[in-house]
Amino acid sequence: MNKLELNSLYQLTMMRFLLFLREPEAIFWIFIFPILLAAGLGIAFRNRPPEVLQVGATTLQLTQALNADKGLTSTTIDEATGTQALATGRILLLAVQRPDTTVYQYDSTNPDARTAKLLADRAIQTAAGRHDTLPTKEELVHETGSRYIDFVVPGLLGMNLMGSAMWGMGFAIVDARQKKLLKRLVASPMPRWQYLASFLLSRLVMLVIEVAAFLGFARLVFGVPFRGSIAQLALLCILTSLAFSALGLLTASRAKTIEAVSGLMNFVMFPMWIFSGVFFSSTRFPAVVQPLIRALPLTAAIDAMRGNMLQGMTLQQLLAPVAILLAWLVIPFAISLRIFRWR
Amino acid sequence: MAMPTPQAPSLLLRGLHKTFAEVVAVNGLDLEVTPGECFGLLGPNGAGKTTTIEICEGLTTPDSGDVELLGLNWRTNAEELRQRIGLQLQETQLSEKLTVEETLRLFRSFFRRGITVEDSIKTAQLEEKRSARVGTLSGGQKQRLAMACALVGDPELLFLDEPTTGLDPQARRNLWDLLDRLKQEGRTIILTTHYMDEAERLCDRVAIMDHGRIIALDTPPRLIASVGGEHIVEFAATSHNKGANGAAAVDPALLTAIEGVESHRLTAGTHQLSVRELHTAVPKIFSVLASQGLHLDEFRTHSATLEDVFVALTGRNLRDE
Repeated sequence: MNKLELNSLYQLTMMRFLLFLREPEAIFWIFIFPILLAAGLGIAFRNRPPEVLQVGATTLQLTQALNADKGLTSTTIDEATGTQALATGRILLLAVQRPDTTVYQYDSTNPDARTAKLLADRAIQTAAGRHDTLPTKEELVHETGSRYIDFVVPGLLGMNLMGSAMWGMGFAIVDARQKKLLKRLVASPMPRWQYLASFLLSRLVMLVIEVAAFLGFARLVFGVPFRGSIAQLALLCILTSLAFSALGLLTASRAKTIEAVSGLMNFVMFPMWIFSGVFFSSTRFPAVVQPLIRALPLTAAIDAMRGNMLQGMTLQQLLAPVAILLAWLVIPFAISLRIFRWR
Repeated sequence: MAMPTPQAPSLLLRGLHKTFAEVVAVNGLDLEVTPGECFGLLGPNGAGKTTTIEICEGLTTPDSGDVELLGLNWRTNAEELRQRIGLQLQETQLSEKLTVEETLRLFRSFFRRGITVEDSIKTAQLEEKRSARVGTLSGGQKQRLAMACALVGDPELLFLDEPTTGLDPQARRNLWDLLDRLKQEGRTIILTTHYMDEAERLCDRVAIMDHGRIIALDTPPRLIASVGGEHIVEFAATSHNKGANGAAAVDPALLTAIEGVESHRLTAGTHQLSVRELHTAVPKIFSVLASQGLHLDEFRTHSATLEDVFVALTGRNLRDE
């Protein structure tokens, strides 16, 4: 036997790693699922060409005037059919020719209908001979970094780091406690700190694979930008993972059954799924709850990663979220070392 | 620091008390086990065996009393003690997805010195299962693996908590053979069991525990002799005259008056006599019963066991609880 084989920290870490690799479901949830989710969201929210709006008109002249606008497509229908088409949403606007005027029938609370009305009015006025009095020009923006997929990738990364760290800690520890394996281990000369350290070490190894696979996919398939330092992004990922490992350790430090720890885990993570801005900006929540939302570790993690990836911010500019993450690493870890139930 | 001397007992317990939320688990226990001895703690479930052995293993802290192992104690020499003892707990489930070899390699890495993983696999006769996952092992193989985990550190003192509970007879015999070999190597073994035959077969000395106390302590033959007879006669009898309640009709005084009958007990309609010599006592028992006009429904004899010792001491059967 060589020296490494007799090193208990190495053995404990290797065991964690082997146990993880022999759990196919865990591999799916940690490596495959986030990629599938990103792919799904990327397809659902891909940037499409501006939609052509369906409208109707009661005369052929009006229809021709409306069709002159690229953003509209019009059909000629009588007023009764048109009203029905409007009511069922097949058209957004009906232009009715009256003897003295043109009437636009539309729902002003529907944004698409309002757009249709503006376009229709402009088309009809132009056809009637109106000219623009000021020269204007359009510059279209479809810049990488401002798309939904760019926004959601750091969010998914943070959520994934939270899930894998918390479940990875929680299940393994409570399972070992429930099966009295923890008791058996502490009855042996195993140093207790090494048992906990082996979780963090194996987590770091898996983190590399997990983050590289996910971000590599986001980069190759969607061209998600990395504007900040990659090394600092790696540091942020490590810090995030360690903070959630500490939180997972705390959650698992007393629970005696898998059922109990599952409930606790969901209770701890649920607010963050909702409030931390994974899928939409957390600033949409009322101002009174903002300080609480900012203090959540997942909010801090996602804010920092978006800052790094999308805005190219440095760690110096991200001191606030980094400090929050550090606090979430140190405090839960210190508490769990005190209250951890070894048997 | 108290250095272990060759004369130091392997285990020394003095005035041990432990209470769990109003339940007194261990109630004033003294014990001394000498090096090389195989010592059995015997008793029904709830007698305090596991609490006692877990106090010895340093897993439970006693409310009061002294614990000394190999001349050391848990307060000041915990790390040293964990290196020098081996143990097997009652309900440990090792990681199912690790193989036998991986599990042993892990446990071996905790000890500064010990035997090789290879040797521990051989000792536990798990050569063919070396690469099998723990989850695929039979109950007996799992128990032998737990034993191998206890042995990788080459311990001087071995604690085994109900090592054969739940095993089939063949697996039990395999484990007994393994324990025989360990005894021959001169290790001190302390085991708990509620199987009397196991204690008789393996242990040099046995302490019978009940309600957190030791109620008898000696070698198995001497404990059995203390019942007063080497044989147990059990019978049930009904009276021709009085019908169903006939059992009560036997006068115990008549039975104990028979020469060679040491004691009489009546449990659930069955009479139990402890008898020195069967061939002289049994004819006399028959004639007493006949003279009382009683009809025998059942009649059997067996050599006295530790089970009978327990019954004699407590009036209860071991497996009653």
